[in-house]
Amino acid sequence: MIGKQIFNRDELKRLIFELLADIAPEADFDTLGLDEDIRLDLDIDSFDFLNFLIGLNEATGVDIPEADYGQLVTTNDICDYILARMP
Amino acid sequence: MNEFKMPSLGADMESGTVYNWMVKPGDAVKRGDIVAEVETAKGVIEIEVFEDGIVHKILVEEGSDVPVGTVLALIQTEEDEAEAAVEAVVEPVMAVAEAAAEHHPMDHRPLVSAQKTNGVAPKAGERLRVSPRARKRAADLGVDLTLVTGTGRGGAITADDVEQFMARQKAETPRITPLARRLAADLGVDIHKIQGTGPQGAICKADIEKAADRPKDVAEPPKAEVKKAAEPPKAVKKEKPRVGSPDMMRQAIALAMARANRDIPHYYLETQINMQAAMAWLEAENMRRSLRERLLPAVILIKAVAKALSEVPELNGFWREDSLELQESIHIGFAIALRQGGLVTPAIHNADLLTVDEIMEKLRDLIVRTRAGRLRGSELTDATVTLTSLGDLGVEKVYGVIYPPQIALVGLGKIMERPWAENGMLGVRPMMSATVAGDHRASDGLVGARFLEALNRHLQEVDKL
Repeated sequence: MIGKQIFNRDELKRLIFELLADIAPEADFDTLGLDEDIRLDLDIDSFDFLNFLIGLNEATGVDIPEADYGQLVTTNDICDYILARMP
Repeated sequence: MNEFKMPSLGADMESGTVYNWMVKPGDAVKRGDIVAEVETAKGVIEIEVFEDGIVHKILVEEGSDVPVGTVLALIQTEEDEAEAAVEAVVEPVMAVAEAAAEHHPMDHRPLVSAQKTNGVAPKAGERLRVSPRARKRAADLGVDLTLVTGTGRGGAITADDVEQFMARQKAETPRITPLARRLAADLGVDIHKIQGTGPQGAICKADIEKAADRPKDVAEPPKAEVKKAAEPPKAVKKEKPRVGSPDMMRQAIALAMARANRDIPHYYLETQINMQAAMAWLEAENMRRSLRERLLPAVILIKAVAKALSEVPELNGFWREDSLELQESIHIGFAIALRQGGLVTPAIHNADLLTVDEIMEKLRDLIVRTRAGRLRGSELTDATVTLTSLGDLGVEKVYGVIYPPQIALVGLGKIMERPWAENGMLGVRPMMSATVAGDHRASDGLVGARFLEALNRHLQEVDKL
């Protein structure tokens, strides 16, 4: 695990939105609820999702096994997951 | 002389706009080189040339919308060159005289001189004085020697001249992101007048938007004569619906599909495939892979479809002019949805011969380029069959419309848990519905059934894919 930077929750949220904005440039993150299903809400397919996870992994150093994909549904889920595993 | 024509990038294309020439008269081109960008309802497509040669003349200007089949440029091939060489021997005197009038480098040149401006091996009737080192350097850097002013003996071009020319050109070509370049062209912004605020002073989208808001500067004296092919900002050209817009694409799809439904007598077959073995293999495989190397289920599906087609080739090919043309190569057109609506089905060439990792890499590349609107012409034209996989949506099955001139379309639904009876036992399995739409002019249901059987078999043995 190569921790690149320590993130707090707010920074992590910003990182998530940045990564998602690359995938869904038209999305309005002001209205995206933190407990909404990002894949459903932003129309993200499995290819986009994989790229999103790659970006998340590269920034935080947290590995995300495929079996855990199901735990990463909402922005809050993702924050919880990453923060708990941050080096 | 070969004619380079506006290609048909699919059954739904009637015309295209030359968006950008990547070459100019006198440039040497090789088979597969991208020579132009053409804007179609499917976005900007890079068009390759299909033979080696030298660009002789460009006949259609950037910004012109022309029907499919229009000759866009003339390419001088090697056969022409052989003839030209003979002429050249006869004409050295004329050529030298011409060299004196060396002032309009962008002009189209007559055949004889065009050949010699490429830093290729010197030929009879040499016109430019160029030192061998300079010639080599120019070829390496891709510098057009006719644009370089020589400072050597008798006005000969030296290697230094080439280096300096290159440095000057770099300085005059601002760093700019592709998006910003396109936006600048659309808005008619002169990128030479903008100070970039991006990394290393690169001009980015925001800079263009800011510049577009400002009143236009008073006309400046024209820029120095050095122009790069891709540089001149193009004025806004079109008032009609923006090409590549969802509306245009909708119309194009509608046209092609209406034709398909009218002309092709479709038959449909469907089967349920137990995906347990395939998913277990994929899971185990991905467990030991880093995020970056992981495979998507689509990759296995593409490979399995390709292998099944190699066993049942009767579904792989085209129906053209009332006859069946089966194809040996298996190029799978994979339907990729665009965020703004519509879809594009670029081809994964020779999918049956690629490993799953190669397919994953290819798929990644294609998806990225499809969404960025940077596909190549051949990728849009030579798919021999289409695969549409709706795995990401909650859709169980898909009955597709065949994309003419193809003769089959394979539709795969979402993999979902279902009750499944096997060996007298009822259990829950990840199941996928597979459909095939076939063209009854080309094949019968039996062929489709054999294909689905083969597909199922390959998906039960994915480790052998």
